[in-house]
Amino acid sequence: MIQLGLFYMAATITVVASLLAVTRYNASHALIYLIVSLLGSAIIFYVLGAPFAAVLEVLIYAGAIMVLFVFVIMMLNLGAAGVDNEHQWLQPRMWIIPSLLCLLLLAEILFLLNTSSHALSGTVVGPKVVGIELFGPYVLAVEIASMLLLAGLVGAYHLGRRYLLDMRGESL
Amino acid sequence: MLKAILSQIISLYRICLHLFAKADTVQYPEEMPYLAPRYRGRIVLTRDPDGNERCVACNLCAVACPVDCIALQKTEDEHGRWYPEFFRINFSRCIMCGMCEEACPTYSIQLTPDFEMCEYDRQNMVYEKEHLLISGQGKYPGYSFYNVAGKAIKDKDKGEALNEAQPIDIKSLLP
Amino acid sequence: MEELTIFLVIYGTLLGAFGAAAVLVWFERRLLGFWQDRLGPNRVGPFGIGLALADVIKLLAKEDWVPPFSDRLVFIFAPTAVVITMLLGFAVVPYTEHLFIADLNIGLLFFLGMTSLAVYSVLLGGLGSHNKYALLGGLRSAAQMVSYEVFMGLSLMGVVMISGSFSLVDIVKTQAENGWFVISQFFGFIVFLMAGIAESHRLPFDLPEAEHELVAGFHTEYSGMKFGLFMLGEYLSLILISSMITTIFFGGWLGPSFLPDLVLDFVPPIIWFFAKTGTCICFFILLRAAIPRPRYDQLMSFGWKLLLPLTLVNLLITGAVLLWL
Ligand code: SF4
Ligand code: SF4
Repeated sequence: MIQLGLFYMAATITVVASLLAVTRYNASHALIYLIVSLLGSAIIFYVLGAPFAAVLEVLIYAGAIMVLFVFVIMMLNLGAAGVDNEHQWLQPRMWIIPSLLCLLLLAEILFLLNTSSHALSGTVVGPKVVGIELFGPYVLAVEIASMLLLAGLVGAYHLGRRYLLDMRGESL
Repeated sequence: MLKAILSQIISLYRICLHLFAKADTVQYPEEMPYLAPRYRGRIVLTRDPDGNERCVACNLCAVACPVDCIALQKTEDEHGRWYPEFFRINFSRCIMCGMCEEACPTYSIQLTPDFEMCEYDRQNMVYEKEHLLISGQGKYPGYSFYNVAGKAIKDKDKGEALNEAQPIDIKSLLP
Repeated sequence: MEELTIFLVIYGTLLGAFGAAAVLVWFERRLLGFWQDRLGPNRVGPFGIGLALADVIKLLAKEDWVPPFSDRLVFIFAPTAVVITMLLGFAVVPYTEHLFIADLNIGLLFFLGMTSLAVYSVLLGGLGSHNKYALLGGLRSAAQMVSYEVFMGLSLMGVVMISGSFSLVDIVKTQAENGWFVISQFFGFIVFLMAGIAESHRLPFDLPEAEHELVAGFHTEYSGMKFGLFMLGEYLSLILISSMITTIFFGGWLGPSFLPDLVLDFVPPIIWFFAKTGTCICFFILLRAAIPRPRYDQLMSFGWKLLLPLTLVNLLITGAVLLWL
């Protein structure tokens, strides 16, 4: 019962924060709401019996990726001009197609919820299980993801090296 | 790299040993630290051994002062000798650098080892001549500028009085 | 009964953490004074301990100014983040085998998550102040903390491998059998220590607020209790990191095994825990007294070029040993 209450609270917070994140004109405010919505979804994960996923959500999404987002916002230092820009871009008619898509998704979810019967299940998926699953049946996905990350790493290093060499006045 | 890390560890150890060292600072208002006579603190104007003001109002100190906090006005006494009519130091600007003391040809302006000059009203930091002038000779007892430099009096120029040497001709190279 | 204990532990932790943070304000200055051959604050009360109270009163009574050019929402939210996350982090610290708020099976990750969320307070403080020094401080902290989080997490994975659990109680129990992890996971310990300093941005790694070049970094515009919260957060994170080091690497509530059984039976476990944490805090203060602040690029290259390979090698060796020995 308590779990159900927690779930609905977290879900409401997540939905409201996500809505606010999309509609704010000030980029930094939008980011804060996005962080809140991520934290809300982390709690949802926890309530649903996936503590490991919940913590990873906090650790990686809220704790690292969003930090980088904020970092970029800080570097750009938008201020009032940025808010004006957003005002121009986010005109009402811009909302039509995204809202339609969202409504479709909502309908889908409602349909699924109506047909399937397993609501909050009591099984808890611990970190060990996740690890075994990841390196058992899903090892291919892990490998692909790691290749992708490696490519990203090499690319970033290449760009950075260019810059360093430019600074020293050398050519590649 | 290893050497750098080692040096950090050594400095950690050395600093840790200072836990047992005696403090270099003292409990200030109760226990006064020793300040040497040449400490640069509050400024005084001194008198020569005869009890006359040493200051000849030459303005060298005012020129030397990097923050321009000395103001004085020259006037003459009945012998035609110069002395300051007023002499004002704004201690809220003074940085106690001692330039004025070095510039002074008469050892008149001197810095003393007193630094406790806190005031609630900023205006009180401006010291006039009566606050600055002391009755003693300060750090240079027995020094009288005129006894060294000589002076012209009625009918006698510099160096012509008894027991006086001719002033040195500073434009000549001869000994 | 059970609920009452938890209740008491929660309030004890809350009060203890706040009290300890306040006392640390005085204690750190006093200790720094000793190490720098000064007297340190010794006026208020016996040994100057009243300074803790006086400081709190001063902070509470100061004008709490929100600059008109700042981003109000962000500006006010920022200082709360660090205090909340750090206090939440205390939830998983096991004081003794039976005395803790929560023994999560993901305790270690929870702690890491909380420290990573604490970054926001610095970041948003820098962002919301609309001040270039604050912005620079926030930028620095973002880069510094995101990178050191990586080493912090990785350095703990060796410990997790050996004990086979993220639960801090289990980790300490493993140490009862295997000996303290500071020996078997020495490099992990070193890296965690460094990363811990960088995460709580204390000297020598306090680049975000480096007062020599950035005025006060991210909290340049803060005054009164908002600044107080930043300071509280810093001390809380100091205590939290210290108790984590104690728990993970120094056997938590376990007494040192070389002591005779008589002593071990006599001293209650919680004393061991607090003694070790206190020593650790003193060591952090010693670091502040002794080591100069590195340059920013030095900090980053130190992290990525020395600490990261060190943790990876440590992980590799630990894994190999566990697998084949
Ligand atoms: S000590 Fe320096 S600043 Fe003060 S009056 Fe003399 S020259 Fe000026
Ligand atoms: S330099 Fe000396 S003699 Fe000249 S005005 Fe200043 S105090 Fe007087």
